[in-house]
Amino acid sequence: MSTMPPPFAVPRTLETSSPLHAPAPHESGLKHASGEALYVDDLPSPPGTLVGHIIASPHAHARLVRQEAARARALPGVHAVLFAEDIPGENDIGPVLHDEPLLADGEVHCVGQAVALVLAESAALCRQAARLVELEYEVLPALLSIREAVAADAFLSEPHTIRRGEPEAALATAPVRIEGECMTGAQDHFYLETQAALAVLEEDGALRIWSSTQHPSEVQAKVAEVMGLGRHQVVVEVPRMGGGFGGKETQAAPFAALAALGATRTRRPVKVWLNRDQDMAQTGKRHPFWARYEAGFSEEGLLLGLKAELVSDGGWSNDLSRAILDRALFHMDNAYFLANVQVTGRVARTNFPSNTAFRGFGGPQGMYVVEEVLNRAAERLGMDPAELRRRNFYREAPAHRTHYEQPVEGNRLPRIHAELMASSEYTRRRAEIDQYNASSRWTKRGIGYQPVKFGISFTTSFLNQAGAFAVIYADGSVQLNHGGTEMGQGLHTKMRAVCAHELGVSLERVRVMNTATDKVPNTSATAASSGSDLNGQAVKAACETLRERLRPIAARLLQVERGEAEALAFASGQVFHPERPQRSVSFTEVTQAAYLAQVSLSATGYYRTPDISYDRVAGRGRPFHYFAFGAAVVEVEVSSLTGEHRVRRVDILHDVGNSLIPSIDRGQVEGGFVQGLGWLTCEEVLFDEKGRLLTHSPDTYKIPALGDVPKDFQVALLEKAPQEDTIHGSKAVGEPPFMLAIGAVTALRHAIAAFAPPRAEVHLASPATPEAILRAVEAARATPR
Amino acid sequence: MDRLRFYLNDRLIEEPGLSPTLTLLRYLRDRAHLVGTKEGCAEGDCGACTVAVLEQDAKGAPVLRAINSCLLLLPMVQGKRVYTVEALKEGGKPHMVQEVLASGLGSQCGYCTPGVAMALLEACHRKDLDEPWKLDAQMCGNLCRCTGYRPIREAAARVAGVGPPDRFARALSETRPESMALAYSAGAQRYFTPASFQELWDVLDAHPEARFVVGGTDLSLEVTKRFTEPPLLVSLEALPVLRTLEPRDGGHRLGAAVWLTDLEDYARGTCPPLERMLRYFGARQIKNRATVGGNLCTASPIGDLAPVLISLGAEAVLLSRTGERRMALEDFFVDYRRTALRQGELLAAVEVPAQPVGARSLAYKVSKRRELDISAVSAGFRVVVDAAGQVLEARLAYGGMGPRPARARRVEQALVGQPWTEERLEAALPRLDEDFTPRTDHRGSAWYRAQVAKNLLRGFFQETLESPSPRLEAHHSATVQVR
Repeated sequence: MSTMPPPFAVPRTLETSSPLHAPAPHESGLKHASGEALYVDDLPSPPGTLVGHIIASPHAHARLVRQEAARARALPGVHAVLFAEDIPGENDIGPVLHDEPLLADGEVHCVGQAVALVLAESAALCRQAARLVELEYEVLPALLSIREAVAADAFLSEPHTIRRGEPEAALATAPVRIEGECMTGAQDHFYLETQAALAVLEEDGALRIWSSTQHPSEVQAKVAEVMGLGRHQVVVEVPRMGGGFGGKETQAAPFAALAALGATRTRRPVKVWLNRDQDMAQTGKRHPFWARYEAGFSEEGLLLGLKAELVSDGGWSNDLSRAILDRALFHMDNAYFLANVQVTGRVARTNFPSNTAFRGFGGPQGMYVVEEVLNRAAERLGMDPAELRRRNFYREAPAHRTHYEQPVEGNRLPRIHAELMASSEYTRRRAEIDQYNASSRWTKRGIGYQPVKFGISFTTSFLNQAGAFAVIYADGSVQLNHGGTEMGQGLHTKMRAVCAHELGVSLERVRVMNTATDKVPNTSATAASSGSDLNGQAVKAACETLRERLRPIAARLLQVERGEAEALAFASGQVFHPERPQRSVSFTEVTQAAYLAQVSLSATGYYRTPDISYDRVAGRGRPFHYFAFGAAVVEVEVSSLTGEHRVRRVDILHDVGNSLIPSIDRGQVEGGFVQGLGWLTCEEVLFDEKGRLLTHSPDTYKIPALGDVPKDFQVALLEKAPQEDTIHGSKAVGEPPFMLAIGAVTALRHAIAAFAPPRAEVHLASPATPEAILRAVEAARATPR
Repeated sequence: MDRLRFYLNDRLIEEPGLSPTLTLLRYLRDRAHLVGTKEGCAEGDCGACTVAVLEQDAKGAPVLRAINSCLLLLPMVQGKRVYTVEALKEGGKPHMVQEVLASGLGSQCGYCTPGVAMALLEACHRKDLDEPWKLDAQMCGNLCRCTGYRPIREAAARVAGVGPPDRFARALSETRPESMALAYSAGAQRYFTPASFQELWDVLDAHPEARFVVGGTDLSLEVTKRFTEPPLLVSLEALPVLRTLEPRDGGHRLGAAVWLTDLEDYARGTCPPLERMLRYFGARQIKNRATVGGNLCTASPIGDLAPVLISLGAEAVLLSRTGERRMALEDFFVDYRRTALRQGELLAAVEVPAQPVGARSLAYKVSKRRELDISAVSAGFRVVVDAAGQVLEARLAYGGMGPRPARARRVEQALVGQPWTEERLEAALPRLDEDFTPRTDHRGSAWYRAQVAKNLLRGFFQETLESPSPRLEAHHSATVQVR
């Protein structure tokens, strides 16, 4: 069909310019494509490595009344069967609260909860042994929905409220009132690489662990607690992950801790690797949310007052549920000024695996509620929902403060809105769609517009810190260590570019090392879209320190005046005075000279985000360093016969500041958007009446496939948009684009509404599967005219 | 007893003692230490384990086919050439598919990427990727959770049909097929691939407990998901007569061991309803191994070939040592996952008769996801209308509506002899509730199935008003293609 001119295959002559702000391939791209990129399960197993196999609870809630493993232990090739009492330290894996036993201690709280660990010479032997372990349970009543949990008053948190203005008064006088309930569903991370850990016992009881985790420091901390060790006895290393999306932020730790426990008890290396079914059944998902809301609008579509109550399904333990709920409440405003608002949230306790971080971290669930409210208002008022959204944008003071009173500074949405409306030809296409719908009996089209404002920073303020450790060898080659982990998002590609830029060397000179807790300690998770923001500054700081140490050496080699050393440029692998670039000395000459002059060639860098603080009790403060912005226009076509739909076209304009690596950021925008589409349209997590996961493999759990993505997929990054006080003017990108996909829901509602009389409201459940859409179409048709 | 023997990245592998139900994926990772090939699901639904196997297409021409190694049992590659992602680089130089993926940022986390690269390898050696939707069909068996697919789609467009002069091109031109025949045992397990019917009948006489297998896309799940070790498998892959795929008496004879990829090629232009069903039958990797007979003999209520073939009036051709017997395909399905096959008997072929003049005929499949999913409801319809506009015959076959694929007899009766009008169709549709009592499960509720089953007929009526068997457009929004 076509021959093959690579898009930008030949790296620009990297010796001659900075690699920042220019498209580049992923630093591991060729290794991915050749199969040479190694993941935890690919690492050569040390001789004698045992398989660690988890025996999981078959019950959603039960008392463990008898456990007997003698027959299993007697099986040749089985080295141990371990229970809670075999844990030398604290039997807990909870990341925030200590409420989650690593191995069940007398009671199980969900199907899939770890009860015992079998260690044997093969997976088949493990399974055989597991069948010989006798476990007797007394089944107890289980809570298997948010509704049941609320009715039973089962919660993992107290209610938390953010309030401003007088919502009751605003609602009482609003000309248009909208009330209702909505639900958003769970979502499995479906990282292609399942959870994996390899633990090796070293001298003095110390442990070295290779873990597929976004949070090596927490894995280290939890392993140390479980094993009763100091953290200095535990080293955790992350080669790379085959996807994380939040699912390996806290929930990699149990598998690493079990591997550590097994390795210590058997004195053999132990690998714990979950197959897909185990992974999906045993790990938590995106929190389902239930919401009840009351909203009041003016006739012009201004949101005058909003009261909403959110309850999330935390699963059986806390994990990160409270912080996720907080972020949902923080994002109830999305892009809109809420003068009179009260939002309350609470985490319900159910007998499901503990739900956990997932791209957006509650933000999508909170935003979905306000977007549903706006969609209903637009339908009721007969107004273009894009225009209604624009009217509610944050504006000039005093309409620029969020409900928690952080000013929305540098609001780029008006600019994004104008540019995207023009580039997507929204108005013309909406008119064309109305024409199409008037003449089309069985299929209807719809168009939706979705702006996004997303707060960037960990809302637990102290987590906003990062470290780096840069090493220059005498030959001028560089090893870069930083606290972030690579899960595909291109963090290492960006960090390598920042390092190469600061030292003025080529990318090839810089090797980004595996993330390891003995290189950079006390790190935060690679999460909250903050990987580049935090680690980038730390890398920059470390490299600046080294560059400044090299400066006097270079000045001596170049024989420049003492006062001129400050002006020397490090670029293109050379050091030179910008006014006399023809006279230069190579970076290698400088580093060799520095070594001979007994100058230290390694340095750490550290960064903490300034100016953020939040008073949770008051619901006031500045939890976010800044906001990221973006918007999408989505067009769909819906079949009224089957409820199937197709996304026909997507236009996105997204604000990443001055992109560090635009090709990487584009990938995040596209991938995040499609993952959001999955959450909202085809990914359905279903349990049976006993709390067993029905959708535990891709056979039954459907993430978007290639054909679900529109051919016409226009993605642009906002140009000339540097952000103040960030790494080279860039902005975070991991999570915000996920929520752009809510535009697909608006588009679907537009199409479905075309089956109903004018000004009818659409009743569309989430996710909008073919069945959900067909039900909404049937309801639309049944609306009295 | 024979040895397992195949070529892995052009090296001959002959290993004794391996279990015949060891999958190629586990062999690659655990024994050959080729860890580029990944396990993402072990059920053929994600494509991370994709490898390329040198096969022969229906006409006997050598082809490179992307296949899920997680569902390939080692005896299934007996005598064949298998290539993994590690074979792509030549002389340290990346292959075109690797360069295109890397330069276009077709990978993020990289875990699906080796599988994507191997699916692209098949694409670059295919000669028939002449329409854009075929590229989507080529790549839909590779799930990627990171990229959003745009760069993967672009990579496919770049490499499709390029046919570079690589080691695979050389293998395609130079390799002579070797015998797959095998009589293998390891421990208590046996695996036979007889090369003649005589041998087959002898094996069946000696081992009445034998189970048939060809592609293994369904059976292998017992190994990879339920961790069982079937003690005795008899593969029908080395019996050429079962791979017959040809016109017969104005209709078609479809051999039971015909791969669905080949059937899809064949159906294009010769049998539009079959072509439509195969479009979203499964991933390329699955269709490269799954067979006509396998799909029918599992007798799953949601097997997608059954409704369309039943609607076309197909006959099952059954073969045993004593000879042949035939039956209408709908009678082949006795109950939930039970067929009319007797001990020592196999499904040899399906014969589709010539279609009556004036027949309107189409097939539909509805699932949560368009590609690579299992039907909530599937259907094959054929309605013959005479010159006066009266329905002469109606064959309305459904999958997903009951324990086995079946015809909606009461609706059919209500239509025959009536004018073929929207009004009469509406009058007949309530009878569908008498024909079927669908169930609620994770693919759809009973309400949804019943509603869609009726709507598919409504859609069929509309869609065939102007053309009796319209083709599916490239980017239609639904299985029913009406505005």
